This record gives sequence, C-alpha cells and structure tokens, in this order.
Amino acid sequence: MSHADAHPDFLRHHFHTPKQQFEAGKLGMWLFLATEVLLFGGLFCGYAVWRGNHPEMFKYGSQFLETKWGAINTAVLITSSLTMAAAVTAAQRDNRRALVTLLSLTLAGALVFLGIKYIEYSHKFHEGWFPGMKFYEKPDLQHAKTWDHSKPIIGNEPFTAAAGATGQASQSAAPTRGGPEAEPSTVALAAIGPAGLRPGALEPPQPAHDDHAEAHTTHPLQDPQRPRNAHMFFNIYFMMTGLHGLHVLGGVLLLSWLIIGAVKGRFSAQYFTPVDLGGLYWHVVDLIWIFLFPLFYLI
Amino acid sequence: MTTESPDNPPSSHGVGHIVPIKTLVATGLALLVFTLITVWAAKIDLGDLNIWIALAIAALKATLVVLFFMHLRYDRPFNGIIFVTSLAFVALFISFALTDTKEYAPDVDTGNAPRVVEALDELQQ
Amino acid sequence: MTTNEVTTPIESEPARETNYLNATTGIMSWLGTLDHKRIGVMYLVSVLMSFFVAGLFAMVIRIELMWPGETIIDQDTYNQMFTLHGAIMVFLVLIPSVPASLGNFVLPIMLGAKDVAFPRLNLFSYYLWVTGAVMAVAAILFGGVDTGWTFYVPYSTTGVDDRGAMDGVFFLTMAVFVLGFSSIFTGLNFIVTIHRLRPPGMTWFKMPLFLWAIYATGILQVMATPVIGITVLLLAVERTVGIGIFDPSLGGDPILFQHFFWFYSHPAVYIMILPPMGIISELISVHSHKHIFGYRFIAFSSVAIAIFSFLVWGHHMFVSSQSPLLNVVFSAITFSVAIPSAVKVFNWLATLYKGSISLNTPMLYALSFIFLFTIAGLTGLPLAVIATDIHLHDTYFVVAHFHYTMMGGALTGMLGGIHHWWPKITGRMYSEVWGRIACGLVFVGFNVTFFTQFVLGSLGMPRRYHDYSGPGWAQETTDLFHSLHFVSTMGSFIMALGFFLTAGYLIHSLFRGRRAPANPWGGRSLEWQCPSPPPVYNFAEPPHVGDCYDFSVLEWDEQEQGYHWRRDLAHDAGEA
Repeated sequence: MSHADAHPDFLRHHFHTPKQQFEAGKLGMWLFLATEVLLFGGLFCGYAVWRGNHPEMFKYGSQFLETKWGAINTAVLITSSLTMAAAVTAAQRDNRRALVTLLSLTLAGALVFLGIKYIEYSHKFHEGWFPGMKFYEKPDLQHAKTWDHSKPIIGNEPFTAAAGATGQASQSAAPTRGGPEAEPSTVALAAIGPAGLRPGALEPPQPAHDDHAEAHTTHPLQDPQRPRNAHMFFNIYFMMTGLHGLHVLGGVLLLSWLIIGAVKGRFSAQYFTPVDLGGLYWHVVDLIWIFLFPLFYLI
Repeated sequence: MTTESPDNPPSSHGVGHIVPIKTLVATGLALLVFTLITVWAAKIDLGDLNIWIALAIAALKATLVVLFFMHLRYDRPFNGIIFVTSLAFVALFISFALTDTKEYAPDVDTGNAPRVVEALDELQQ
Repeated sequence: MTTNEVTTPIESEPARETNYLNATTGIMSWLGTLDHKRIGVMYLVSVLMSFFVAGLFAMVIRIELMWPGETIIDQDTYNQMFTLHGAIMVFLVLIPSVPASLGNFVLPIMLGAKDVAFPRLNLFSYYLWVTGAVMAVAAILFGGVDTGWTFYVPYSTTGVDDRGAMDGVFFLTMAVFVLGFSSIFTGLNFIVTIHRLRPPGMTWFKMPLFLWAIYATGILQVMATPVIGITVLLLAVERTVGIGIFDPSLGGDPILFQHFFWFYSHPAVYIMILPPMGIISELISVHSHKHIFGYRFIAFSSVAIAIFSFLVWGHHMFVSSQSPLLNVVFSAITFSVAIPSAVKVFNWLATLYKGSISLNTPMLYALSFIFLFTIAGLTGLPLAVIATDIHLHDTYFVVAHFHYTMMGGALTGMLGGIHHWWPKITGRMYSEVWGRIACGLVFVGFNVTFFTQFVLGSLGMPRRYHDYSGPGWAQETTDLFHSLHFVSTMGSFIMALGFFLTAGYLIHSLFRGRRAPANPWGGRSLEWQCPSPPPVYNFAEPPHVGDCYDFSVLEWDEQEQGYHWRRDLAHDAGEA
C-alpha cells in the first residue's frame, strides 16, 4: 500500500483518498438527480401538452386548489431546504449538536409538508374531486357537504359546437346519446340544453380566476361551465403531486436514517458524504415543488 | 475546526466547500420573498403572460437553490454540466412533443372522451 | 481437440492459487458478492439464460410462419409469443447484455481500478434485474401480454375490464420500470468509475475504446431511461387506477405515448449497439496485432452517436400522424447518424489493412459484425426516408433491419466479446476449431433467416401477422410468402444449431479446457496484464499505463501459449 496517509475507517478499499471517495459519491448523486429531473420531465411534458392544448382545463381545475395551502407548503419546503443546507455546513464544521438539530428540523418540515398534502388530498376526495373515472361517480351524499342535491349533473359539452363537430364523440350531448336504450327519464335533462343555453337556475358560481379562497358550492359535475374532460386536470395534478409526495416520503426515510447516523456520531468534518448527498436529494425535491406550485396553484 | 482555507488543497483533509450559514439564510430569505412575489403576481391578470412570469420566478428560485443550497457555485463544473444537460433534454423532449401535439390536437379533440360520455350517461339515469 | 498434453506443465503454476473465482466459496459468497467480476459473471449467466428463453419464443414464431394457416399455435398465443420475444430480448437481454456483463467484468480492470465506484449499488442493480425478470415471469403467469414489446397505447390499455388490472401487461410494465432502474444504476456506476477511479497515467485518451463506448452508453442509460420509467409508470397507473394521459378512451393522447416511448427506446437502441461497437474496436486491433486506426475519431464518434440518438426518436412515428415539420427534422437528423457510424466502420477497415490478422473466433465474430452492421446501417436509410418508409413501415423489412442491428450487430459483438474475454473470465481456453465452425453457422444461419425477410418486407409482408393466407390474400402471394418464410425458418434452425454448439464447447471448456495464459491473444490493455482469472482486487498496486494499442512490446511465448513482454525491453511495471 503506497498511500501516503493511513486508510481511515470510512474510506472504502477501492478508493485512494477520502477526497476521491467524496467526489465519486457526489458525481454519482448528481447523475442520479439528473435521472430524477428526467423522470419528472416526462410528467412536465404531459403537463405542457395539456396546458398548451387545453388551457381552459387548467384555468378551471385550478379553482379547486387552495393557493393558501400551496404557498404554505412552498414556504415549508424552502425552510426545510435551508435547514438541510445548514446541516451540511454544521457537519462540515464538526458541530454534531447543530447537525442533529438541523436535520430534525428538516425532517419536521418534511412531515409538515406531508400533513398539509394529506389535508388537501382528503378534502378533495371528500368532495369527490377524484382523478380518473372516479371523478364521474356521484359522491357519497352524506359526506360531501358541498354537493347540491337540487342541482342536476351536467353532462353536455360546451365546446362541442366550436370544435367543428367532426368526430363521433362530438355529437354526444347527453339526450341524443340515449341511443337504442333511450330512456324517457333522461328527457328532463333536455331542459339544460346544449352549449350556450344555460338556464338561470344553474348560474355558475364565480368567474374562473377568482381567488378560490372558499370551497366551491357545486361539484364540478353540476357546473355547466365545466370544460370537457375536466378530470384530466385532476389526473395530472394527482400524478405530479403524488409522485412528488412519494419523493418527500423517501426524503423522510432518508432524513431519519441521517439523524440516527448523526446521533451515533458517524459523521465528521472528514466524512459527511451521506449528509451532503441526502441534502442534494432533498433540495431536488424542493426544486420540483418550486415548479409545481405556480403550475397548479397560481393559474 | 472553524475555517479552513476556502478553496481546499488537494489533501485528503476537509473535502468539499463550506458555505457559511449567513449565505444560506440570505438565500432562504430571498426564496421566501420570491414566493410572495409570485403569489402576488398571479393575482394580476396579464393573460398569457402570467404563466411565463410564474415560470421565470420559479426558474430564478431554482437557480438560487442549485447554486447555493446545492453548492453548485463552488462545486466541480462537471456536476453542473450534468444537471444542465438533464434540463436540456427535458426541454428538447417537451418542445418536440408540444410542437407535434399542437399540430394535431385541434383535429382530434372534439368532445368528451368516450368513457367520460358513458359515465355521464350512467350518472344521469 | 486434444489439449491435455499442453495443460500439464501449466497446471502447477503458482499464479493460479487465489483468484476471484476460488478466493471464497459457497453460494452465499456469490449471491452477496461485491466483486465486480463476480457480478459480471452472474449477469452474463442470467442474460444468456434469458436469451435462451426468448430465443425459444422466436423459434416458435418461426415455425408457426413456415406454413400458411395455423401451424402450431393460434393467433392469441402468437401475439403473446412475439411480445414476449421482443420484450425479453430488449429489456432483459440486449439492454444489460454487454455493459452489465462484460462491461462489469472488464471495465475496472481495463481502467486499472480495484472495483467500480459503488460496488453495493452494482449488486443492487443486479438484484433489480432479477426482480424485473421475476416480474416478467409473473406477466406470463398472469395471462401473458399481447401488446407487442412497444406497449402501444390502445393495445396496452384495452381489456382492463375483462381481465382485471393486475394482469400480464401490468406486471410486464412494472418489470420494465424496475429493469430501467437496474440499467440506470449500472450506467451511473460506470460513468463515475471512469471519471473518478482512473489511476495516475490513465488519461482519457489512453483509455481503451471499449471504455469510451461504455462511457457513451452510460450517458444514454442515465439520461434516457428515466423517461421510460415514467412512461410505464403512467401506463400502470392508467390500468390500475384509471389515471393517465395516454388512453384515448379516458381522454388521453395515444400519440403522446409514442413520443414518450421512443424518447427512451430510440436511445435504447444505441445502449444496445454502442458497447458491442466498443468490443469490436478492441477485437479488430488486438487480433490483427496492429494499432487501432483513428483512435480519437472512434472515441468521439461514440459520444456523437450518443448525442444524435436523442434527436431522432420521431423516425419511428412517420406514419403516426406526426407533424410533417417534425417528420422532416427527424428524417434529416437520422441521416446524420450514419456519419459517426461510418466513421467507425472505415476506421476498423483501415485498422485491418496490412495488419497480421489472426482469423480466430473473436476475429471472425468481429468481421461478421462489420459485414452485418454495414447491411443494417444501409437498410436503415430507406427507413429514414419518409417516402420509402411509408411503404416499408411495419413490414418485415423493418423486422429484418432491426435484427441486423440488434442481432447481427449487438449480439454478434457480444459473442465476439465473450470469446475474447472467456480465457480471462474462466481461466480456460475453448476449442478454437468448434468456435470457428459455430461462428460460421451463426453467420450463415443469420443471413439466411433475415436477408430473406428484407425480400419479404419489400414485397409487402406485414410484421406481426400470424397468417398470410385466406380471404384477402391472393394465392400467388401466399405461395411466394410461404416459400420465403420457409427459407427464413430454415436459416433460423441453422442459427440455433450454431448457438447450441457454442453453448456446448464453452461449457465443455470449463471442465476440460486448457488453462489459459495471462495473455492468449496479445492484448495490450490492462486486463491482459493480470493473470487469468484475475485476483480479487485486480491490482495490488496501480498498474503502469501505456498506449493500449501498441503491440510491439509483446512477444509470443511458445511454451506458455501466450504473449508476454518482450524480454529485451526492460519493463518494470505491471505483471509480465
């Protein structure tokens, strides 16, 4: 062994110096972060395609998100990113107590974020604003406080006429679609009529970009101004924030592991690689949220 | 072990660059301020411009996070190259896919999707 | 081949005492190993087993097509057969084939490192591969998959209600997700290893070209694979929960799926072909005992191919109603991929020129690679031209083209690499005579099988058809296609014979083969400087690095049946 300095415990056999090991870890982590960026990049592409082609879907759907919670969560994540970055500095300065405190604060931030996300999600599920086809299921009426029994479900498509009406689906205003099994009971809906014929009784609550501070008084299914395929907004919203949420959950596990290591004194000014790499991961989770927040909440 | 020479010598001792807490706190505060600005800017209706303003602010915030929290300003340039490359590939992907869909989407989108229509029919009974 | 006379004096060589194979024993010492060489060997065995399974599916397909009408399987089984053949070959065999098996074994040694940068991650990615393989088996057990390996959306999202969401398609897509991460971690590991573990003296331009190829592949693995990850994830979510952005019946966009899919899967083609190209660069130079021609051009052409490969995915979508503007852009960029590919081929030919060529098995594979890959590349051009592609799209012409690249290119290169490094990996020499015969059989069988398919395709035989007779088919057409399919299947039997022969003599060599010398071929790169098989940590000291294509310092030793340093050169570094 021709190494000038002794092999410290944390240095793995195939590295020559701690610096080499540190830089290898860091390069590996950056490459991993690049894969994370591309993984979310696919979802951002889906977002861009729908937002680009159907801006009305997003304008509409965004009303169902509360900017308040989104902004608070942004602040929470930024703060926890700050404490994480400070934790790395603490580790580099051999300040174990500060390291444990700062890591714990970061973990607390992650948990608060998840808690708020839970509040948001459960509110949406409660109201029946589901992703996928469940969006079109009638919510459980006892629990959905804003579901208005008196208002019917609106199934027509305001944009059909404008779209040029070539495809089969375009001529699908609800009553005509009754087709072979045409039920007389659907006749009542004819009163709602096709696009543009909004009876006053069904006056939509508020314009699209009113700042949705309070909850809607109708389920989107009862809203005649609901754009076609309105569920796609919720699909993309739940997919993107859900995958992001899973990454936060991963961050919780990672931070817990780092805290245990810090308490046991595994890290020092010579060896803080795990803290540094965990920090990089955590910052990328923050980074993605920084984009998700305006793209969904601030429309 | 407070301050070593900031640009560390190629020894095995003290790897990585130490970013002072002061810098980090300043970055964090800037990020919070930008968050407020973006929330405020969203309330003004500027039409299509809103989304670009929001994205520009987000990009600015992201740059701050990457440069200071993630130490990229002090790191080896190659790590930065990797990160920028990944962003470039995302941009490439989005721009090509968007160019394409923009062209055909107006022709194929004429109404609710078939299963949506089915579900609505079912609901109305 | 009687080789026993030669073996006896070498058998007692002390260098054999401990190597990576016998340093520790027991099954657990393999399953939990962090040694890149053992992980490479495990990958090699696993990949070859998957190749055997997927090859069986291919034979079933070929036999079915020998006669018009239903021959041995019905349509649905046929659909499952070609899907599984494609999916297993692509995701379980070709993607990990060279990088994860031979690359894992050779890369750190060639570099002069003790191991890859992250040995535990390396083992983890192997187990991800195993998990993916198990899930692929689960896909077969849960009703099979008949979407084609591309999972195009109306195919892969329909039928959910009938069979339940947790069916074969779900498991296979999740298998692809897991296998994708296995590939990402392998690529990540190699990039970091090449960047950070080069010993003093090993500069970028002293690296063997195989490492450049692996490096370029690593870029692709890291930068492209996450997109297939999110694609199949969305597909799985679409099938299970009904959230998604691809299924048109749910409001999604099926063409967008093709963008997602090919954004990965076109670069994936280069993940498969670049490492074998790197192998060929080594093989051509070593076995013609001549310095590689145009080192930097070959090195940079690997990187150029990697970058170009991200810009051409749309050429899979010329007939999918893609924007005409994009069609032209993609077509033009596709042509330009020919430039770096041709740079490689010309440099290989120039290397051969006036070399002292040993026509042994690895070299024969290298030569057949050049021949087959040239055909593959040239038949790619009519597919890149939009006008001709409209005629040839989804015909057997396409099938033949990508088999020439994937099998004639990637697999031939891998076989060459296996034969080249077999003595290093196992410490045994295989039978050269049988090796050449098998290589000839594979070459002839391959061309008979797939060249016929170029003809079939240009005559209009569509791919993925179970039958080519009955209503709508003119009798002459059926007869013509029948005779061509028959010839094609005959070729595949010859090829299969070649593969079985290869398996036979390679396994035989493990038990009866002559002990391999440290350097049987006269290679100059670092792996030939350590004994065969190598010791556990490859090098006790960082080895001395020279020009890895300068063969003038080596001489043949009749007694050892291998090369070593010329005795008249005072050479102090490394093992001689």
